[in-house]
Amino acid sequence: MNNKGVDKSKRQFLTSALTVVGAVGSGYLAVPFLAQMQPSVKAMAAGAPVEVDISKMETGQLIRVAWRGKPVWVLNRTPEVLETLKTLDAELRDPLSNDSEQPGSSKNQVRSQKPDIFVAVGLCTHLGCSPTFRPEVAPVDLGEKWKGGFFCPCHGSWFDLAGRVYRGVPAPTNLEIPPYRYASETRIIIGEAAEEKNA
Amino acid sequence: MKPTRLSECGNWVLERFPITKFWNDHMAHYYAPKNFNIWYFFGSLALLVLVNQIITGILLTMNYKPDAKLAFDSVEYIMRDVPWGWLVRYMHSTGASAFFIVIYLHMFRALIYGSFKHPRELIWIFGMLLFVALMAEAFMGYLLPWGQMSFWGAQVIISLFSAIPVIGDDLSLWIRGDYVIADATLNRFFAFHVIAVPLVLVMLVFMHLVALHEVGSNNPDGIEIKASKDPWGHPVDGIPFHPYYTVKDLVGVGVFLVFFATVIFYMPEVGGYFLEHANFIPADPMKTPEHIAPVWYFTPFYSILRAIPDKFAGVIGMGGSIVVLFLMPWLDRCKVKSIRYRGGIFKKALFLFVVSFLALGYLGTQPVTPIATTMARLFTAIYFGFFLLMPIYTRWEKTKPVPRRLTKLQTLEEQLHAIEEQLPAFIEEITEIKPTTAEIGDAAFRATFFNRRPNPKGIAHVLSRLAVKLKGSLD
Amino acid sequence: MKNLITLLLLLTLSFGVVASESVELQEADIDLSDNASLQRGAQHFVTYCLGCHSAKYMRYLRFALDVGVDQQKVLKEIAPEGASIYDQIHSAMNKHDAEKWFGVQPPDLSLIARSRGADWLYSYLKSYYVDPSRPFGVNNLVFEDTAMPNPLWQLQGEQHAEARKTIYGEYTKLVLDHPGALSEREFDLFVNDLVNFLVYVGEPVQLERERIGKYVLLFLIIFSVIAYLLKKEYWKDVD
Repeated sequence: MNNKGVDKSKRQFLTSALTVVGAVGSGYLAVPFLAQMQPSVKAMAAGAPVEVDISKMETGQLIRVAWRGKPVWVLNRTPEVLETLKTLDAELRDPLSNDSEQPGSSKNQVRSQKPDIFVAVGLCTHLGCSPTFRPEVAPVDLGEKWKGGFFCPCHGSWFDLAGRVYRGVPAPTNLEIPPYRYASETRIIIGEAAEEKNA
Repeated sequence: MKPTRLSECGNWVLERFPITKFWNDHMAHYYAPKNFNIWYFFGSLALLVLVNQIITGILLTMNYKPDAKLAFDSVEYIMRDVPWGWLVRYMHSTGASAFFIVIYLHMFRALIYGSFKHPRELIWIFGMLLFVALMAEAFMGYLLPWGQMSFWGAQVIISLFSAIPVIGDDLSLWIRGDYVIADATLNRFFAFHVIAVPLVLVMLVFMHLVALHEVGSNNPDGIEIKASKDPWGHPVDGIPFHPYYTVKDLVGVGVFLVFFATVIFYMPEVGGYFLEHANFIPADPMKTPEHIAPVWYFTPFYSILRAIPDKFAGVIGMGGSIVVLFLMPWLDRCKVKSIRYRGGIFKKALFLFVVSFLALGYLGTQPVTPIATTMARLFTAIYFGFFLLMPIYTRWEKTKPVPRRLTKLQTLEEQLHAIEEQLPAFIEEITEIKPTTAEIGDAAFRATFFNRRPNPKGIAHVLSRLAVKLKGSLD
Repeated sequence: MKNLITLLLLLTLSFGVVASESVELQEADIDLSDNASLQRGAQHFVTYCLGCHSAKYMRYLRFALDVGVDQQKVLKEIAPEGASIYDQIHSAMNKHDAEKWFGVQPPDLSLIARSRGADWLYSYLKSYYVDPSRPFGVNNLVFEDTAMPNPLWQLQGEQHAEARKTIYGEYTKLVLDHPGALSEREFDLFVNDLVNFLVYVGEPVQLERERIGKYVLLFLIIFSVIAYLLKKEYWKDVD
């Protein structure tokens, strides 16, 4: 061993250089390793837009379709329901959907492009259970205050029939509205955004 | 100096968990001989490949489906639909072959420098167990893609067990869990491949290293460096593993990865050796491919199996070819470790062994022909002769005197420098100036390389000198 | 001793020559960066192969992205009616019908180029000849007694096999009797485009990995050089 005449600074420089190069390399290697856990093309194919035919829907009817593996509700609301929705603002946490997720075209009081047809992702914004559809007014189990809406059985969150969350329940925001557009009067494509009219 | 929060926290851990002690015992104060050469890279590279296999393997299991109906599709799904899945898969498939390349070279190093001899017998035994576990791991992993080669290769190898008298048929049935290779077989092989055998491998690597660090590393001179120590008790011919060998091994890692990446990105199939062509056809229990050959790393042993014209004897021969390796520490009676000081007879025997191992490996990839079978038998005889006659020929070996301290050989840089110096004379010898009718250019140009042609006489001269040198090195 | 070893080595090496293929394959000109060729190949595949064969691991979307074709164009010109861009290339043929007609199910062609090789495919598709003893009246020089009728006969025309003798031994030559819709050169290009497409389909990521490989290798070489300099610096300590 012979430690005389060691150029400490050169050693330090080369060590740092190799460390930096090695770290950069590890970083680049980590990208594919982490990225391979992203949804695959197969998952993306399953997440392709879904077409829903609403020509045969009766008023008051709710249908469920799968989009990206999630339940998506399409509800044909009755005029009475639309009337009720106007009266609820005081009981709701976010009546104007300022803090909730929806495309701009559905950011209104009834949270839809056309007032009667309501489209939403049927998963509670609390912890992801799927709420039940309870259109009846003041049923025995939910009490006098229930005006019809969606009730999450997991942790008891209340939503009205525009997917707006009530005050005093665990869910933080309104139900998510997916991007959707009308291909024609009777066909909705879920997963494709509507053209913004105010552009 | 006032202790900072951080150092206090560090001390709290160190009092309870001896990280520093561990680091010093095995890295910073672990003394390794200072004359390790290129052969000594392969141990750390094997560890690198093991880590690669474990990480990429875990990622593959996230998308692979161990189900006879889905397995093949899921591999193609990984190759096409999973983001970067192709890279992970190629890293794993190339890693499998790289593992064997590295391990074979690592084992060859042990043979030439006598690293299996007293006092390192256990290191060798653990290493051999690792080799066997690795073969099991590779064999079971090869079934998983569920291609034609996967299926028929497994069919052939599991049928070997049926050669065992009395219990053979029941045993192979039990291993398969079905009457043919089937879903049940795939599922259990998956379980063994992803968890059981890897656990054994990691444990054996640990034992291999514990045993190594207890007795210390051998070296190309085959001398115990602990025999000569300085006043502080450190071997005079030793240097701390860290930093000297950590920085050196990093160079090895870099160079190895260049080759590794070249295969992954430019030739992942390696002409059908790393990924066999027939394995791109889904397993079909009704139809055997015309020519089935195991992956290249099994072919030497497969050749031995095919060479013996009796089913049971063939299986014994194949198993025996691996068992004899375990016995190396006791078969070799020569006290001298390194080939540098061993007698000519051992060098010649080893040379024949290497030739027969490579030839058996090549023959194993080829279809059976009468002449190929004859050759395989001859090489099988040489293979076993190397081991079984070893107690006899090593006893008479005329060894050279072994030095007490490590010798200094030319480093790679010095060798390159020497070659550079000799190059002009060498070119002068093997070429001659073209006799040109018209004088083109000036005299300086005529003297350049481009104006020369090969000189058969000179080349013959160089070759004969090389042959003499080669013969000399075998004495 | 040494002579013996040399002899053994020579003998071992000579097997490779002895055991080589009986039919010499013609070389396909594979260029995966030739998008026009890949597009033509895809068209040919859909027109002449997809009736019976699928390429079920390949998605239309992947093809559109890799070859740089507009997705709508792929749907309109290549994919069958009503297919989604995410769909895999499936054949319309019913499996049971296929077995009834050909005795075997036509294999999926996604990986055919990886199991058979480009040259084999190229030669195979060009090596059909008239043979009345076969159910479909044709045989193949590269794949004896193939179950597939010649899908391209209208383009290539009809060939017959002729035994020829030379000093090197016997071989079979295919002679064109009735020319098809394409000239010989056009037909070669046609088959080449098809094979080029099949090679692409075998491993769509090929070009991408070769592109990335350059950067990886460059990085690793830089890493190795710095590691070497560091090693050299440290090893100045060691006598």
